[in-house]
Formats: sequence, structure tokens, C-alpha cells
Amino acid sequence: MSKFKSKKDNALPAVNTASLPDIVFMLLFFFMVVTVMREDTLLIENRLPLADQVEKLEKKYPISYIYAGKPAKGYENLGTEARLQLNDKFADIEDIQAFINSERAAIAREELVDFLTVSLKVDKEANMGIVGDIKKELRKANALKINYSVGTGSALDN
Amino acid sequence: MAKRAAPEVNAGSMADIAFLLLIFFLVTTTIPKDSGINRKLPPMEPPNDDEVVIKQKNIFTVLINGKDQLLVEDELMELKDLRKAAIEFLDNGGGTDAQGNRCDYCKGKRDASSSDHPDKAIISLKNERETSYAAYISVQNELVAAYNDLRNIRALEIGARKGFSDMDFVLMEKNYKDAKFNGNKEKLKAVIDQIRAEYPEKLSEVQ
Repeated sequence: MSKFKSKKDNALPAVNTASLPDIVFMLLFFFMVVTVMREDTLLIENRLPLADQVEKLEKKYPISYIYAGKPAKGYENLGTEARLQLNDKFADIEDIQAFINSERAAIAREELVDFLTVSLKVDKEANMGIVGDIKKELRKANALKINYSVGTGSALDN
Repeated sequence: MAKRAAPEVNAGSMADIAFLLLIFFLVTTTIPKDSGINRKLPPMEPPNDDEVVIKQKNIFTVLINGKDQLLVEDELMELKDLRKAAIEFLDNGGGTDAQGNRCDYCKGKRDASSSDHPDKAIISLKNERETSYAAYISVQNELVAAYNDLRNIRALEIGARKGFSDMDFVLMEKNYKDAKFNGNKEKLKAVIDQIRAEYPEKLSEVQ
């Protein structure tokens, strides 16, 4: 009965990829929603230590970030000692007060200035010397609310 | 003439475009993990600060040396034992507080040679410049955990009487901050403040 039947019909039918865009879009939207663009480009290594008694940092108050750790790949000429990073560049301990003042000036609503929290993102291999120096400068700048940023996990594994 | 259907738009490259965007977002995504241990730094001391005399037995000294070893009350200790030791010290209740009240909620041994009252008990943390940050955070975490554990136990006790049963202290605080919590927030705040007053966090860092 199949006078007109072509030879091709014996080949495997192509997989229908019509729904592929839908799947990909679904993934795309997921990542678009959860994405937070990095605020600063890290010039240092920044692997946070673990702890389990953590509190969420409240976004409704202004937050400033201070990073410390040893220089990342590409900046080896700066040595292996932990360094401080403010905004997008390496900084010295003395720059912290100016940094806090500029962060305070950037807060739009004046009543929130006193609630400025400083989040310390320090590499777990850094030593306490630099952290102590940072804390001393923060006390001088009267920025007393701090938060040691940590990953979630058991502190005994550090 | 036969009706011609409108030609279909070729959607074959849609997937490619979507993939391109997807890969861009995949690469730039950093799942934010903004959580940590909150601390309050002491203000710079005013020049004429009167020396406050604190009894030695009310101070729990923790020293982390440059090799990340722990020295607690002049004895070497493993990190995993620190929490228990701190709880025993804080909850000892061997004496009276500043007003002369005994600690009626303490469950400790009431050892006369350890702390008098949670209100008086102070944990003093000292580290050296060579101490690693990871060790310091671990110790901080264990000490915060000691306070949280004590407060949790207390919260389960008084929470049941005040209508917040099966809620430990950490959960109470979380609920208090949660806008969706449908309970009496003022009452909850009173309970939280009471527990905070009963076990005040007195963690002092030696500079």
C-alpha cells in the first residue's frame, strides 16, 4: 500500500527540543533571582572560618565590609602576610578611620548612622595581629558594632 | 487561492540565547552568606576610669597562644571541652549578686571557689598576635554557645509559664525579629529581656 513511502522513514525520529528553551529559561530565572553581584572585587584570599552560633546580618541597617587575608594570585609581589582591603584596593591600617567616616557620610538616612555595622571578612589563616589592629582602629573611629563574618559549620572543624 | 498560514518564527536559536544568559548569571552568582557572630567593641576608655576590683574567682580566663593552644584558668584545655567548662563557671551560683540575692535559677555546683552569680561572672578572653583567626573564631563561637545554651535552658523553663512553650532562646529572638510572627511580641520581649538580665553576656577581651 505504500507506494509513496520514502526510505527515510526507517531512520530514528529527531528528539523534540522544543521545550529546551523553557527549561533553560527556568534555570535562567532562578539564577537571576538569587544573584547578588559582588560588591567588591577581592584582591585577597578570603576563606571564612566556620561557626554554628551565627546570627543573620540584618540588611535593614547599613553595613560596611572590611576584608583581610593574604594577597590573592596575581598579587604575590605583596608578600604572604595578611593584608587589608577596603573597597576595591589594598589599604593600610591607618586608612580605616577615613573609610568609616566616608561610609558614614554615604548613608542617606541620618538616623541610621549610629547603626552602622562593620562586617569583618577575614581569611581563616590570617593571624589575630591584623584583626586586633582593625578592632583598635574601629574603636578609635567609634564604630563599635561589628560582625565576624563566618561560614556555617561546626567550629570544631576549623 | 488557498489560504496561506503565517510563517512560523524560527525559535531554534532561542535556546542558545537563553544559555548565554544562563551562563552569564551562573558565573556572576555568589550566593550571599551574610551571617556571623555579632560583637560590640568597648568604647575607648575615658582617661580617668576608676579601677574596679573584681574577685579572681569571678573571672574565667581564656588564653589562646600563638600556637592556637587553649589555656583556660591556667590549665591546658581542648576546644571541645571549653563550652562545658564555661557553662559550669557561669551557672555555678556560689554566692550572691550585687544586691545580695542568691541565684535561684542556677543549676551549677554552688562551689564557693567558682563564680558567685551569673551577673558577676566575667569571661576574659586573651589572644596573642600570632593566634590564627580560625582558632579565635572557634573560641568565640564556643563561648557564645555557652551563653546560648544556658539561656535556652532558662527559656524553656520560663517560656512555658508565659505562654511560649517549646521555644528556646535562639528561637525567641528569631521570632521577635520575624515580622510574620503572630504572637504577643511585647510579652515575648519581656521574656527575652528577663533571660538576658539573668544571664548577661559579660565577655571581655584583653587588648
